[in-house]
Amino acid sequence: MTTADLETIAKTIRKHIVEMIGKAGSGHPGGSLSAVELMTALYFNPHIHFDPKNPLDPDRDYFVLSKGHVCPVMYAVIAELGGIECGELCTLRQPGSRLQGHPAMDKGLPGIEVSSGSLGYGLSIGAGIAAGLKAAKKKNKVYVLMGDGEQQEGSIWEAVMAAAHLGLDNLCGIVDCNRLQIDGTVKEIMNIEPLKEKYAAFGWNVCDINGHDFNAVNGAYDQFKATRGKPTAILARTVKGKGVSFMENNVEWHGKAPSPEQVALALKELA
Amino acid sequence: MVEVFGKKATRYGFGEALVELGQKNEKVFALGADTASSVMVHLFQEKFPERFINVGVAEQNLLGMAAGLAVGGWIPFAVTYGVFATGRPWEQIRTTICYSNLNVKIGGSHAGVMVGPDGATHQALEEIAIMRCLPRMTVLVPCDVIETHKATLAAAALFGPVYIRFGREPVPVITRDDTPFEIGKARVMREGKDVAILACGTMVYESLMAADLLEKKGISARVVNVHTVKPIDEDAIVSAAKDCGAIVTAEEHQIFGGFGSAVAEVLVKRFPVPVEMVAVQDTFGESGNPMDLMKAFHLKDVDIVAAAERVLRRKK
Repeated sequence: MTTADLETIAKTIRKHIVEMIGKAGSGHPGGSLSAVELMTALYFNPHIHFDPKNPLDPDRDYFVLSKGHVCPVMYAVIAELGGIECGELCTLRQPGSRLQGHPAMDKGLPGIEVSSGSLGYGLSIGAGIAAGLKAAKKKNKVYVLMGDGEQQEGSIWEAVMAAAHLGLDNLCGIVDCNRLQIDGTVKEIMNIEPLKEKYAAFGWNVCDINGHDFNAVNGAYDQFKATRGKPTAILARTVKGKGVSFMENNVEWHGKAPSPEQVALALKELA
Repeated sequence: MVEVFGKKATRYGFGEALVELGQKNEKVFALGADTASSVMVHLFQEKFPERFINVGVAEQNLLGMAAGLAVGGWIPFAVTYGVFATGRPWEQIRTTICYSNLNVKIGGSHAGVMVGPDGATHQALEEIAIMRCLPRMTVLVPCDVIETHKATLAAAALFGPVYIRFGREPVPVITRDDTPFEIGKARVMREGKDVAILACGTMVYESLMAADLLEKKGISARVVNVHTVKPIDEDAIVSAAKDCGAIVTAEEHQIFGGFGSAVAEVLVKRFPVPVEMVAVQDTFGESGNPMDLMKAFHLKDVDIVAAAERVLRRKK
């Protein structure tokens, strides 16, 4: 798929995110929008082997959304892959919906391997899946999307240590470094940098990239697939709220729904 | 006289059953957290090193990786001391494992005050409460080494999260290889009509001893082994209440939120009768010889007898 094609899909996914959160009246647009290129490249280039029509294929690659609050981007990707009708996106956060406010494995939505939403758990889960694949001598790969604020969770570092110790080169930890968390900038609240040096010191292969540049994102996924003997961390430098001018780099938009007027404005920008 | 077939720690029942499971089912996986040899999971590790991971001193990762293995179709057993297996990673158990209904089995060793000299930090006294409040969780508290063996096999055969509680100290063996065991099915160990003693784990033996002492006082006590604390056998509890009219519960666990509470929840709903609970009375454990601690924390047969006498005075 060409970069232009990926950009077109990314735009559609951004529109879905804004629309569904607007309709729901609550949700997390900022971190959903910052992860769009990471998710688009993963699923549409594609790098991940996953078919929503056959979500339990034993040969599939696994994806764990550790920062579960950005599930709108996941739901939009599943819809664009044909796993659900686009109409179902407007059931987000409604009673009885498969599209819970944070991903719920028990609602039977294709592509949701595990429930998530409490931060800091995904990398351990991914490491467990990856270790199991190694034990079974299988080639499937495991991708885990985390946030940068999430790196403050101690449990992440237990998993970082274990994945390197076990040589899980089938595990790719993606960190969406959009620099903001609920209470302010990550740097001010609890600095996590230098993240590249930290992952490297733990024994990981590290790609530090611009998370909105498809060439860089594709290159990082390719590097992960080519790396042997150690897990790969992709530190994707991104802009929170990317693509919607009034949301960009604004901490307010971590967990706030746009009004109908703001939705209209955003969709105009994304047209 | 209580029939006893020797003495052995329940952790052996777990460790040996896990090896048996490893032989029978190639999907069984085990994880330890630097306590492998004291919780007997090293037996599995020696036989099936390719299906074992020691995560080190990292209980959140222990349960997180177990969850991942279950996502990938394995039947993982995550094992360490009960306090650490359930307390530190409680939210992983709640949000990742139970909410996703993952097929993870949690082995909690070193339960109760009988851990002894290590003291309060290492004596699991709250995990029945914090495990049984979780949706989809099954909680097993077997009474001896043979029953622990069976509970471990049964846990593997049941899809979904299971917590199995066992201990470090040798305790009397009071069941036999052919004693029936079914998850969710309490077992009457001794018939009686004046009072019913419902017990789990190590307290089943103490309850049988108590029934002997009560018999000498002319009191007929039924003893029910409620090895499955969740889902609890409501009908067995209601039958005991209807037939005997008074209940004593016995557990090596905190009085609040544990097994006695589970029994009381059934009784207030279906057939209220007077209840007395033998348990740790809202205090922390301490260092000491295991049997001295059982006495100090009022978890012995004589304490069950006293509770039975109290409840009989309240019985109408």
